[in-house]
Amino acid sequence: MSEFKALGGNAAVAEAMRQIDPDVVAAYPITPQTEVVQTFADFVADGLVRTEFVTVESEHSAMSACVGASAAGARVMTATSSAGLAFMWEILYVAASNRLPVAMMVANRALSAPINIHCDHSDSMGARDAGWVHLFAENPQESYDNAIQALRIGEHPDVLLPVMFMHDGFITSHGLERVEVNDDAEVKEFLGEYNQPHSLLDWRNPVTYGPLDFYDYYFEHKRQQVKAMEKVKQVIIDVGREFGARFGRTYGLLETHKLDDADVGVVVLASTAGTARMAVDNLREQGLKVGLLKPRVFRPFPAEELVDALKHLKAIAVMDRSISFGAMGNAGPLFLELLAAFQVYGNGRIPMSNYVFGLGGRDIVPSQIETVFHDALKMAETGKPEQLVTFLGVRE
Amino acid sequence: MPDLKGWKDIPIGGMIVEAGNAVEYMTGGWRAFRPIWDGDRCIHCLQCWIMCPDSSIIVEDGKMTGIDLMHCKGCGICAEVCPDKVKCIDMVEEAKTAELEVK
Repeated sequence: MSEFKALGGNAAVAEAMRQIDPDVVAAYPITPQTEVVQTFADFVADGLVRTEFVTVESEHSAMSACVGASAAGARVMTATSSAGLAFMWEILYVAASNRLPVAMMVANRALSAPINIHCDHSDSMGARDAGWVHLFAENPQESYDNAIQALRIGEHPDVLLPVMFMHDGFITSHGLERVEVNDDAEVKEFLGEYNQPHSLLDWRNPVTYGPLDFYDYYFEHKRQQVKAMEKVKQVIIDVGREFGARFGRTYGLLETHKLDDADVGVVVLASTAGTARMAVDNLREQGLKVGLLKPRVFRPFPAEELVDALKHLKAIAVMDRSISFGAMGNAGPLFLELLAAFQVYGNGRIPMSNYVFGLGGRDIVPSQIETVFHDALKMAETGKPEQLVTFLGVRE
Repeated sequence: MPDLKGWKDIPIGGMIVEAGNAVEYMTGGWRAFRPIWDGDRCIHCLQCWIMCPDSSIIVEDGKMTGIDLMHCKGCGICAEVCPDKVKCIDMVEEAKTAELEVK
């Protein structure tokens, strides 16, 4: 039987990890992810899981241990945030390039300096080209559900890639909400066994991971990663559908709210989509035809599907919780990729603008998002944005 | 070099799924200096065979018979460990080996 519990995002993910009972967890605590590792360590100490819990001396070591364990054939999970993710950088690429389906929770947090422990998406966005699948959750329920689906996505024979699943640091990681926790046995049944096709421990079929790979073959191995990425979208859809059939909550690549008959739309990731939904409802009451799109998946970037969901709009505002410094307009990555997607898949020119917001945990409130919608409505009339990138909520 | 395969025909992730396949990888092309062996002076002590990191010293019936230039990277360890009184291996710049008759 499933049951409802009051859980923050971190506690919900720890709960999912208890049910998953991974073979190996190697992790290092960092705010605001710590609660995951701490709670899971309790589960290990209390004998609720059989996991080999490796307490390492750094995140670089954590991801290295995950890589080794995954190559050995283990089902592996870890969690991190911010500087911890940055410290894993080198090994993030190793995990993806060695095709090891590690699942990692990231509680999104700003990067130093100045030091800041609160939410923005700079950490995982910085790792967007490392070869991982990136899922974003709006709330603890989605984060719990993503934790269970992440392994199924990564371990799919067509994929074999690591998956990071994000939730907003403190906002979601520590915000208590009502979470439906699935039945333990059902979760195990949904996950099934993981059979690593090339286990390092299979001495009858010895393999070497990570040998030297020069100009004659390196490029071919990168091409294989592209093929795997191309397969991910369908696997995410299939797994999300199967999850829905079993547990009642179906997932796909994106979610919309009152978008179908809207004139203008806002695109935003993670917890801010919840706030934006409220802004949409407020403005709808005033008769304004506004809607929302929340991408669930950032890697692989669902370009065609996003354009398809947005192409009827007269203007689009994209909200980014990170800056791609030095990129066009110092815009955010979500905006830049969506612009590119419209260049390729869009028909006609829809005016688009970007709002960078919430850096270092700066609050974003419904009235601010309402101004974004009003700007978008103006943009729909004039056919062009007043300015390409707005830094929303920063003091002049 | 062996025939190069396309990305669909090789194991994923650069994984090596067969033991002992290093022999298929011809590393001789990396060489800047070529070991030139003088069989008449060789005393077959096999120090070079012990020390060669690429198993490129060819030995038959307990005697050295030559060097596998398809794999030798030209590190020169064989010439270095060859006993002082023998010194039957000379390291010669690849560019200058064209004029030599290689045994």
